[in-house]
Amino acid sequence: MDDLRAINCDVDTNATKISARGVQVHYGDTHAIKDVDVDIKERSVTAFIGPSGCGKSTFLRCINRMNDTIDICRVAGDIRIDGDDIYDRSIDPVQLRARVGMVFQKPNPFPKSIYDNVAYGPKIHGLARSRVEMDEIVERSLRRAAIWDEVKDRLHAPGTGLSGGQQQRLCIARAVATDPEVLLMDEPCSALDPIATAQIEELIDTLREKYTVVIVTHSMQQAARVSQKTAFFHLGSLVEYGDTDDIFTNPRDSRTESYISGRIG
Amino acid sequence: MTTLAFAILLVASLAAYALNRRAATGIRNGGARLHSVSNYHGLFALLLMLVPVLVVILAWLVLQGSVVNAVVMGALPDGTLTELEKGQVDLILAEIQSISGGRIFGQPEPWKLAAAERLTELRQLAALGLVLVTALLCLAIMIFARKKVSAEFRARQGVERIVSGLMIFCSVVAIFTTVGIVASLAFETYKFLRLVPLSEFLFGLNWEPQIPIRADQIAAAGAFGWIPVIVGTIVITIVAIVIAVPIGLLSAIYLFEFAPKRVRAVAKPLLEILAGVPTVVYGFFAILVVAPAIRIFGASLGIPVAPNTALAAGGVMSIMLVPFISSFADDALSAVPRAMRDGALALGATRAETVLNVLFPAAIPGIVGGVLLAVSRAIGETMIVVMAAGLMANLTLNPLESVTTVTVQIVTLLIGDTSFDNPKTLAAFALGMMLFLVTLIINIFALRIVRKYREAYD
Repeated sequence: MDDLRAINCDVDTNATKISARGVQVHYGDTHAIKDVDVDIKERSVTAFIGPSGCGKSTFLRCINRMNDTIDICRVAGDIRIDGDDIYDRSIDPVQLRARVGMVFQKPNPFPKSIYDNVAYGPKIHGLARSRVEMDEIVERSLRRAAIWDEVKDRLHAPGTGLSGGQQQRLCIARAVATDPEVLLMDEPCSALDPIATAQIEELIDTLREKYTVVIVTHSMQQAARVSQKTAFFHLGSLVEYGDTDDIFTNPRDSRTESYISGRIG
Repeated sequence: MTTLAFAILLVASLAAYALNRRAATGIRNGGARLHSVSNYHGLFALLLMLVPVLVVILAWLVLQGSVVNAVVMGALPDGTLTELEKGQVDLILAEIQSISGGRIFGQPEPWKLAAAERLTELRQLAALGLVLVTALLCLAIMIFARKKVSAEFRARQGVERIVSGLMIFCSVVAIFTTVGIVASLAFETYKFLRLVPLSEFLFGLNWEPQIPIRADQIAAAGAFGWIPVIVGTIVITIVAIVIAVPIGLLSAIYLFEFAPKRVRAVAKPLLEILAGVPTVVYGFFAILVVAPAIRIFGASLGIPVAPNTALAAGGVMSIMLVPFISSFADDALSAVPRAMRDGALALGATRAETVLNVLFPAAIPGIVGGVLLAVSRAIGETMIVVMAAGLMANLTLNPLESVTTVTVQIVTLLIGDTSFDNPKTLAAFALGMMLFLVTLIINIFALRIVRKYREAYD
């Protein structure tokens, strides 16, 4: 366990985990992402904000190559994780997605038990050699997602029977079970009530001790609360990227200012 | 004359529509605010006339024949019908009817001629009465509907009530048809069971129903045990399902998840064409192509194969079922939310793992429902087995031997001489009843499974 060295380190001293250069995405004839350059720091929370349809989710889905599953989507440019080009021929997208976990807008637990939901990723990637090891992985993942205490007595109940906030934390547990380095979150709280949202936000803050978290959000308060870095997207371009405090208190671009003061919706 | 009645109804309803619409428009133009748009006033009159009068005409047509017949038979000279059986009475009636239709055979008795004349008269009278009643009813309803038109009259709700009444009538027709079919089956089955004991029918191991109907026919002594027949049906169904389910499911999964768009666009309609091939065509495909191929293949291995095998019939039937199963599976897989797929793919599952571990379990209720419906289709399928399976009721589980099915036996029992007081003919109804019960049970089972799993996964 190398948990200890991550705690409370200053973001700016961290190494770059994800580095994107000249990323272009086309959906059929639509130019969805235009020439985006961004460097995302290790063990930090980076928020993508911007109006609906600005391409922030599309860019997020480039990082684990989920866009490959959409037929009409073409991705160009260079995205590197730890210096490896993830669109290189030698990279297996299936393996990549085990390294880069993802949590979706709507909680989407599988129609299986809580235990099987979490165990699914480790099982297909062969991460556990025995039943005992699998039990450990499941418990560790559920603890990391701050849901262990609520479900430990009913691990074999269906995951779909949990409340919305619990389902979303179950999905986070499922994502961390494959021991990823990066965790992508696509508006993880937009389908949840305020209390569940607060729980997830608290969780995101603890997750950064171990993972590089990239979160897409519609809520600027949420971005301000959980992230260290913020990127503002507008019409497929990355308009401004910097420390969250700077972006919200002292935006350099007029479009960013308009957006955070509520003039672009 | 019947056509005339329908024509009167049509013209009168259109007239009522125009009349009421116009009256309503008149009220509106007079400055009053109508509760319902004038179109609804017209529709109200139209439906108020069309629906009930149509029902009256149809009821009249249905009842007219038997009422007229009863009157004619009742007016026959005293004593002609006493000591006659029902069949002979029916024969006399048929003769009278054919005389009245102008087809006279030989020299009929004078009382028959008189009765035929009465029949012709009564029929003309009834037709005239129908036209008269239709016209009067139309007129009455038209006046009634016209009087209803006022600014406050709720024609919209009126139309709604009539339309919902019409819908209730239609569903009642459907339900009563079902009840009627089942009742007639049950009635004939009861007659059969008076001739052949239930225990022999249900547990007998021999099926030799070709017994003589007339005294001069030479035929078997007769045995009515349905076991060999139902076993034949089961063998063929199992063969068909065992072949069709994997092919149907795997092709559905391929088309759903792996096939490139262009392949899917061509392959899916092609697969669905299979569902449109007439079963007769499948039948001769079975006897001309599949059965000889199986026989030659069997001979090359030294296995004796009958000319008509359960394997040939079941195999060809499975081709018919493939599009059925695959389109059900495709629908069920497409109905699984995209979020499930994304969730599995984002965990690093391959496409095959996603389909098998996540989509498939979620789609199981739909798939099982489809498979069970395919089973009931296989059990009830007639044409393919009539052509490709045998007629001899062998009690065997070997798919390389000739077997017969329930449906084949029903067809052969009802072809040629029939007599509704003979167990040979009545046996067809008993078999039909059993077939109905078996498919009913399977369908109930299918619905149960679909419902149970749907609750668990939502």
